[in-house]
Order: sequence, then C-alpha cells, then structure tokens
Amino acid sequence: MEYVKPRFLDCGEAALSVEFGEGVDPVINARVLTLDERLRAAPPQGLRETTPTYRALLLRYEPLEISRDALIAAIEALLAPVDIEAKLSQPAARWTIPCCYDPAFAEDIDAAAALLGRAAPSLAQLHAGADYRAYMYGFAPGWCYLGGLPQALAIPRRASPRGPTPQGAVLIGGALALIAANPMPTGWYVIGRTPERLFALRRDPPFLMAPGDAVRFEPIDAGTFLTLDARAAAGETVARREALQ
Amino acid sequence: MSARLLVEAAGPGVTIQDEGRFGLSRYGVTPAGPMDFGAYLTATRAAGADSAIEVSLGGAAFRAEGATLCVAVAGGEFDVRLDGRPLPAACLLPLAPESRLVLRAGPLGSWCYVAIGGRLDLAPTLGARATHARSGLGPKPLAAGDALRFTVAAPPPLEPLGLTAPWLASSGAPVRLLLGPQADYFAPEEIERFLNARWRIGARSDRMAYRLEGPAIRHARGHDIVSDGVAMGAIQIPGDGAPLALLADRQPTGGYPKIATVIGADLGRLAQLRPGEDLSFRAVDWDEAVAARRAFFTAIETGATRAPLPAHVTTESLLAENLVGGVVNARD
Repeated sequence: MEYVKPRFLDCGEAALSVEFGEGVDPVINARVLTLDERLRAAPPQGLRETTPTYRALLLRYEPLEISRDALIAAIEALLAPVDIEAKLSQPAARWTIPCCYDPAFAEDIDAAAALLGRAAPSLAQLHAGADYRAYMYGFAPGWCYLGGLPQALAIPRRASPRGPTPQGAVLIGGALALIAANPMPTGWYVIGRTPERLFALRRDPPFLMAPGDAVRFEPIDAGTFLTLDARAAAGETVARREALQ
Repeated sequence: MSARLLVEAAGPGVTIQDEGRFGLSRYGVTPAGPMDFGAYLTATRAAGADSAIEVSLGGAAFRAEGATLCVAVAGGEFDVRLDGRPLPAACLLPLAPESRLVLRAGPLGSWCYVAIGGRLDLAPTLGARATHARSGLGPKPLAAGDALRFTVAAPPPLEPLGLTAPWLASSGAPVRLLLGPQADYFAPEEIERFLNARWRIGARSDRMAYRLEGPAIRHARGHDIVSDGVAMGAIQIPGDGAPLALLADRQPTGGYPKIATVIGADLGRLAQLRPGEDLSFRAVDWDEAVAARRAFFTAIETGATRAPLPAHVTTESLLAENLVGGVVNARD
C-alpha cells in the first residue's frame, strides 16, 4: 500500500531513507525510481549517493553541507505528480535472458517443484512465461531482484541457507524471482541458470540491467547453455536488450 | 621515485583500504573502506597517502625496498616497533630499506592503519582500491611475501615522531546513536531495554558486523521488513533478538528492522572495541550528532601534532609521558 505522503527516516545523521509505502509493489517501486532519477539529474548540494530498493530510496549525504531539513525540502520539491501508469507501461528497456531449466543446471528445480506440487517442466514453463520487473539490486554485486513471479510459484524460503549458488543462478524465493551474478549461499531455490553475466568486472558497463527494466526468460537447452556460456565468458552479451524509450 | 613495501608477515584481515567504493550500492556493491575512518584519515593525512593498510589483531611486519618510505601509523593502541624500538601507537617514521616495522595487538583497539606517503601503484577496481573480501572486489587480503609499489614524493622525517591525536582517544563513554530507521518496529520498553543495557562485543565479529551480546530485544511487529538500504553503523535486530552493528563490509541492503544507527563521530570508537569488551549506548538527536561530527572532522582537518620522542624510549616511558597516540584511557 502506498503512503499518502512519503516517510523520512533517519539512518544516522548522514543518511536518510525516503519510504513510499508498505510491501513490494510496482507502483511504489516506480515512485522510488522516479525520485532517484530526479535527484540524479539535479543532485542537491551535499548529496553523495542514492540507493533505490523496493519501496524506499536511501540517500547518503554530508550533513555539514546540507541540513536534514534542507534536504527534505529539496526532496519534496521533486515529488511533483508523476504518471505512474505511463511510467510502468514504458520501462526504459526489456531484457530477454536465456535460461536453462535442465536439472543439471537447475540444482533445486525438483525440490522446488515437489514443494509447489507440480512437475519441474511445468514450473519452468510458468517461470519462463511471466513478465518481470527488475526492482533492485541487493545482497551482493549484480544480484538483481525481480517482481512478477506467478502466484503459483510463490515458495517459502529455506529455514537454513543452501551452499553457494552457481554463477548466473536463476532463483525463486517468497513471491520474488532473482538472478544471482556471483556464487553466495542463499535461502532461495535455484530453478535455472543463465549463461549471461549480470556483473562482469572488465566489461563496460560492468552491470547490465537497471532497476525498472522489464525482464523475460527464454528457455534454452543444455547444449545452447554451453555455447552461450562460452561466448559470454569471452565477453559477449548473450542476453538481448530492447530499448523501449 | 618508486619504492616498494614488502609484507614480511600478516595476520588474518590485513587489507588495503581507501575511503571506499562508493556510487555502486545501487548494483549491490558494498563500499568497504576503513573500519575506523578517523584513524584512517589521521594516518593518511600525516603521511600524505592516498590509501592505507588496515592491520587487524593478528598484526603485521613490513620492510621497505628501493627507498626510505614515509610511514604514518594510527588507530587503536597497537604495539609498534621499528627495528625493535618501541614507538608510540600513533607515529610518523622513516622506514629505511634495512629497517623492519612490526605491529602487534596492544592493550586496546582492533584496527591500526599504516599509511605510506605517496601514491599506491595499484589499478582501482570499480573506482576504488578498498578490499571487500566477501565479494572479491579490490586487492586480496595481504599475506607474507606480497609487495606493494608506491610512487613517493614527500621526504620522510629524519627520526620517528609521535603523533598526538586526541580524537582517537579510547573512552568508556556511551556510543551515541540516532534511533531509527525502524525504531517503530519496537515497543517503547524494548527501546529502553536496548538503551539501558550493557552490551558485550561477541566473538564472531568482523568487518561485516559486530555481534552485541546482552538482553534479547523483542520486535513488536515481526522481524521481517521489505529489504532496504543499510547505512554504516546501522544496528539490526534479526529474528533471534541479538543486535548486529553493521559496519564497513555490510551488505548494501537488508531485511531486518534497524532499531538505531551509530553516529559518524562514534563509529571508530565502536569499531576499535574487541570481542569481550563492553559498551553502552546513548540516544542523541540529529543536531547533537551533527555537532559531534563537526567537532570530530574539524579536529582531524587540523591534523595530528608531531612530537619529538625522548632519546631512550621504552614502552613504560611512552605510557608515563602519555605519548601513546595522545591516548587517555578513561575506561577504568
């Protein structure tokens, strides 16, 4: 649920969280990204960095250069009405992410399918048939959280984390989907793997998707995965980006 | 002129840090950077350095090669020795090629900064040289046998000098914090319990987080929040009610309520505490936090005062003359 007015929450004297609502919701997230965009286009004196998340924008600032009150006034001046429906229907880009659901690459797909009471191929089909929105990065470099997971795939997170994810793991957990760039332990389920590198240090730019982008998964077989993986390892971008704006 | 610093020995957790890898938190990148920013600035400014080596309780030993390096040391009360001669815990010294600088954990403090005057010749990773071991960004933690190349400019001092930096003094005073961003996830009596408790730094504490041992803090509205950004010094209360102070290597986002955030002027004091040491908190308002920040950074701007050392220095004489970094131990 969106708040009538955003809440301003102190995170110490040098950071401020602007929270737009409760829950994970595309409208609330679009408000966050709109403020982020406007602040980046015309940063107030003393603003150091912004971190957009699902429902809040964290601002790191230098309070010896700008007071909390002046910063809030600057934010409020940027909260002018925005056509959220238009914003949501026009993401900056749509990504098609190749994803292999073969159990050899999708370590937890059988376990997740059993928990959800369906067969693994049907899980894969549902996952690949949905339209996602990149909400935010978090946890580790290039870990991108996606909204739009079909209700039928909502799954409780594990009580204790599984071992490190493979590179490019495609996961589900709670009501969300996730693409994990680098190996890390997680409480989510690995239901596929993409050969694309969401984060590659030596590529320019090192990170592929932007929060707010639209995302789809394209099923590929194991052979295609290996071919694309070799091309991605050589520096090629194997996901397709379609500019929409 | 180019010279090298050779790492002869390094305990665990000896890393290169600059101010941090900023601007990429939106992609999940942790800033890292020094645990004690005040001590880092004191050392880098005294030496004219662009980065520093952060030494942990395991200590480290260094040697120079090619030229005499200008080295500043600050942070905690480490045992600092140049060719066996004890020096104040905060000091500026010439490290000649035949000399050996050894740092060991002293009576107080967890992190000590060794800053080399000049420029560290090391390509940045995503704009910074700070090490974030967990994500593998930046240089690897230092180990015996490593060598770092520096382009040196300013000449080193002729003799070791003490650095007087009263802002680095340890103190038993409560660590100040601002309540929030999620203080409303806790009933008023739980916030009171948090503020009135005596906390102990837990054994499993590291650059990512310090565990605080004490009473369990109960949530009023559950322990799951929608993940949001995490500021340095945020105190998160996970499901088990045991607070975690999130520090330099924290994850950039988190999904547990954060009851309070340590103010900038006291972050270094918190970071210098060791597992087993105690602390308490005091809530302040934004104005008091900013006044403390202004005083802290103004003092650092003026720089540490250089003080000549007595001819025959021993650890005892340093303590007697209170030259150990200008540190006053107000803990007892």
